[in-house]
Amino acid sequence: MNFQQMTLTLLQFWAEQNCLIVQPYDVETGAGTLNPMTFLRSIGPEPWNVAYVEPSRRPADGRYGENPNRLYQHHQFQVIMKPSPDNIQEIYLESLKRLGLDPRHHDIRFVEDNWEHPGLGASGLGWEVWLDGMEITQFTYFQQVGGLDCRPVSVEITYGMERLASYLQDKDNVFDLEWVDGVTYGDVFRQQEYEHSKYTFEVSDTAMLFRQFAEYENEANRALEQNLVYPAYDYTLKCSHTFNLLDARGAISTTERTGYIARVRNLARRCAVTYLEERERLGFPLLKKGGAARV
Amino acid sequence: MSKDLLLEIGLEEMPARYARGAMDELRQNTLKWLEENRLAHAGVEAYATPRRLAVLVRNLADRQADASEEVRGPARRIAQDEQGNWTKAALGFARSQGVDPSELYFKDTGGAEYVFARKSTAGAATERLLPEALRGLVTSLSFPKNMRWGDCDLRYIRPIRWIVALYGRGVVPLEIAGVRSGNVTKGHRFLGADAVIEEPSSYPDVLRGQHVIADAEERKAAILAGIERLSRERGWRIEVREDLLEEVLFLVEWPTVLAGSFDPEFLRIPQEVLITSMREHQRYFPVFDEAGRLLPHFVTVRNGDDTSLDVVRRGNEKVLRARLADARFFYEEDLKLSISDALAQLERVVYHEELGTMGDKVRRVRRIAGRLAERLALDAQTAADVNRAAEICKFDLVTQMVYEFPELQGIMGEDYARHAGERETVARAVNEHYAPRHAGDRPPASAVGAVVGIADKIDTIVGCFSIGIVPTGSQDPYALRRQAAGIVSTLLAHGFELRLDELFRLALETHRERGLKRSEEEIERDLREFFGLRVRNVLAESGTRHDVIEAVLAAGADDVRRTLSRAKVLQDAVSESRREQFRPTADALVRVCNLAVKADSRDVDERLFSTEAERTLHGGWRQARVRYEEAVLGDRMEEALAALASMRDAINGFFDAVLVMVDDEAVRRNRLALLASIADDIRSFADFSRLVI
Repeated sequence: MNFQQMTLTLLQFWAEQNCLIVQPYDVETGAGTLNPMTFLRSIGPEPWNVAYVEPSRRPADGRYGENPNRLYQHHQFQVIMKPSPDNIQEIYLESLKRLGLDPRHHDIRFVEDNWEHPGLGASGLGWEVWLDGMEITQFTYFQQVGGLDCRPVSVEITYGMERLASYLQDKDNVFDLEWVDGVTYGDVFRQQEYEHSKYTFEVSDTAMLFRQFAEYENEANRALEQNLVYPAYDYTLKCSHTFNLLDARGAISTTERTGYIARVRNLARRCAVTYLEERERLGFPLLKKGGAARV
Repeated sequence: MSKDLLLEIGLEEMPARYARGAMDELRQNTLKWLEENRLAHAGVEAYATPRRLAVLVRNLADRQADASEEVRGPARRIAQDEQGNWTKAALGFARSQGVDPSELYFKDTGGAEYVFARKSTAGAATERLLPEALRGLVTSLSFPKNMRWGDCDLRYIRPIRWIVALYGRGVVPLEIAGVRSGNVTKGHRFLGADAVIEEPSSYPDVLRGQHVIADAEERKAAILAGIERLSRERGWRIEVREDLLEEVLFLVEWPTVLAGSFDPEFLRIPQEVLITSMREHQRYFPVFDEAGRLLPHFVTVRNGDDTSLDVVRRGNEKVLRARLADARFFYEEDLKLSISDALAQLERVVYHEELGTMGDKVRRVRRIAGRLAERLALDAQTAADVNRAAEICKFDLVTQMVYEFPELQGIMGEDYARHAGERETVARAVNEHYAPRHAGDRPPASAVGAVVGIADKIDTIVGCFSIGIVPTGSQDPYALRRQAAGIVSTLLAHGFELRLDELFRLALETHRERGLKRSEEEIERDLREFFGLRVRNVLAESGTRHDVIEAVLAAGADDVRRTLSRAKVLQDAVSESRREQFRPTADALVRVCNLAVKADSRDVDERLFSTEAERTLHGGWRQARVRYEEAVLGDRMEEALAALASMRDAINGFFDAVLVMVDDEAVRRNRLALLASIADDIRSFADFSRLVI
């Protein structure tokens, strides 16, 4: 099964589970969790089911397109279901069958892995799912987001698409994966990997990035003063990505690091609190719909 | 009539590390409940797999035992009037206990007579107690980390998905977190199905039919048998670490052991790296040949049967290939890093926000180690090695490999230092200075490793104590107890002539320039108490009697080696065969010490002696003292004790002939001063009054 079929299969599958299919976010994110469709929507009492692919940027993991496993940008297939359904594990395992993975012929295990994102004030408990020893999915019950307790609890399922594809296609090098028949992952992404790695590690203008971090932070705060959560959150994401670029460049010392993470967390926390207030002011509209599936 | 009871809590996969604790707790709580409720039974068994915790009570009585309790009421004189009629007080007591006044009776308790009532409670039907009790058993388990899920308010280790609660053939009705109890369990996720449990005792067998081995010990035995078979067939030595086995056994419900291989090319990476990567990332067991060399194979345990075992093997081999390629990448990158560049990076690594950077720490360790080398009069080459080893002992903390696997600190340092051309003694010390790494581990074997190890540990301990981090109860986040015990065992193993108080002061001086938050006296007092406890542990572990430990520690533990020698000698002296003979000596020494408390000086004026007994004791002490001091210096404690004992007759003669507390103040003070001087020597050996002989 090629990469594109995999994506389409999962989208189709989760659409059948009453998830809204939405598109990747248009601001740089380091993970599907940072997309507001997850971060903001997992806050508060409103039900919410959603699935999407998120291209996720991890500047420090860039390897100039030379490492078979590490990428500046990889793809996460993200599912959020709130409240978490009672049979969510069975649903998930069903999705693997759709991808052609019959659990009887493999070793599938749920191995404890607790997830924490200090920059988002978010944490959860769950597992990494192992397929014959390979971690293919993060499976997490959110406990806190933006420093707020999650009630009800969302379950987040994040498939590592490259990992899964390398298993399904039996390839050791990510760049050899078939995107569609005749076009490889390398054909699509190698140049981008090389250029972003070079930019991140050698070219980026550190002074500019520091300036931007401060400006984005200011702008986020300004937007928050007007209770404009979404714009504020966009600038928070930009802060987060800018920090990642600076960190990958080695421009931030160990001591300063904690400070920068705290600044991003503060913004994320304020966005979370303001989002909850705004939704409450609107009367939590999705509660009345009786389930996000029928939004 | 009795019936079996079964409670099964069906869970989404519970973290392996908590499973055994939860299983034991469930068994304990069940036993406790049975006892508190006077419920007869024929034994309790507990089960745990990743997806379930269960407890089976055999032959649980269908009623509680009747209880009968004797309750004391008012005293006889209050309970009865002169005519022998019950008073209001007695009648009220009877009513409160639910008995007829005619059933009251008297009993003598310690000289006074009181009125008593026998109160009986009929046992309730077990069935009536169960719903509440089982709910309590489920919800009272204390997991270290709980979570919420869905719309539920309950916090639990992982979501509860089903509950089986059976008493005999009947379901005990209960509902927890929206889950209703029933008699249907779930089998293995992929090999089993839902199954009805007709009868509690069939639980393990029903599950076995559904590809679940419920009993943890049975799964463990199955895994070990699989490993044993592989080992026999292939002539491998498979290392089974208990902690890894324990984790694996709670990751699977139906274990199948299988082996895979990796490219022998990877064996060029140090084997500790390969082993750690396989264990930490993949939970694989490493494979060795007869000579203890790592082989390019691994053993893993699948949660399932042997269907498509080749697919599973190939999958695992593929994952490991990527892991080891990563490890090789880190290793090769690390080898490109020079030690001096690594040391420069330590300046940017925060050790502790109040104790500075790693660079600061290394400078302190180096200073302390240098002073120790001087103090222990190490030869020039060893001293130079100590200096270099102390300087580079932490450089590997900035390598990628140690970042990835923190437990490889020191181990990678040794390898990288050797590659960088450091002297062999220095490279080894970089690794050894962390020893002992865990309880039961050996202290550093080399002198260089020992000195750097002591310096590193005392710097950590004094640093922490100076900012108020002192372990209390179960709180010891920096493992300071282990480090102090490490210093003690290292001092003993190497026979270093170094007192703990000297060591404290060396470290305190080094920390002084940082500006100490607490006073040095206070820190030193805490340190002395803290290390005293470590020495106490060493003594207790070597089987020293409790009273001997108390006696010896009262004389201080700054000189660890001699403290242990004193304890050994004293333990022999109070042994069964020798104690009759030793008792009079101990009595005499104690007598001196008891009276010496009244002394206010140590100035003895021989001209004030008026009896022969005084002169004899004074002379005897001066002789004994020379012998005592020489013996202590030479760590010949048998001889030191003999020297003290040699004063016995002179002491007894003194007390027979001389009255110490006379009216003449000068004479009294002089006699007390003599006793006090002797007592000082005695008490430097032990507080003999603590001995129970």
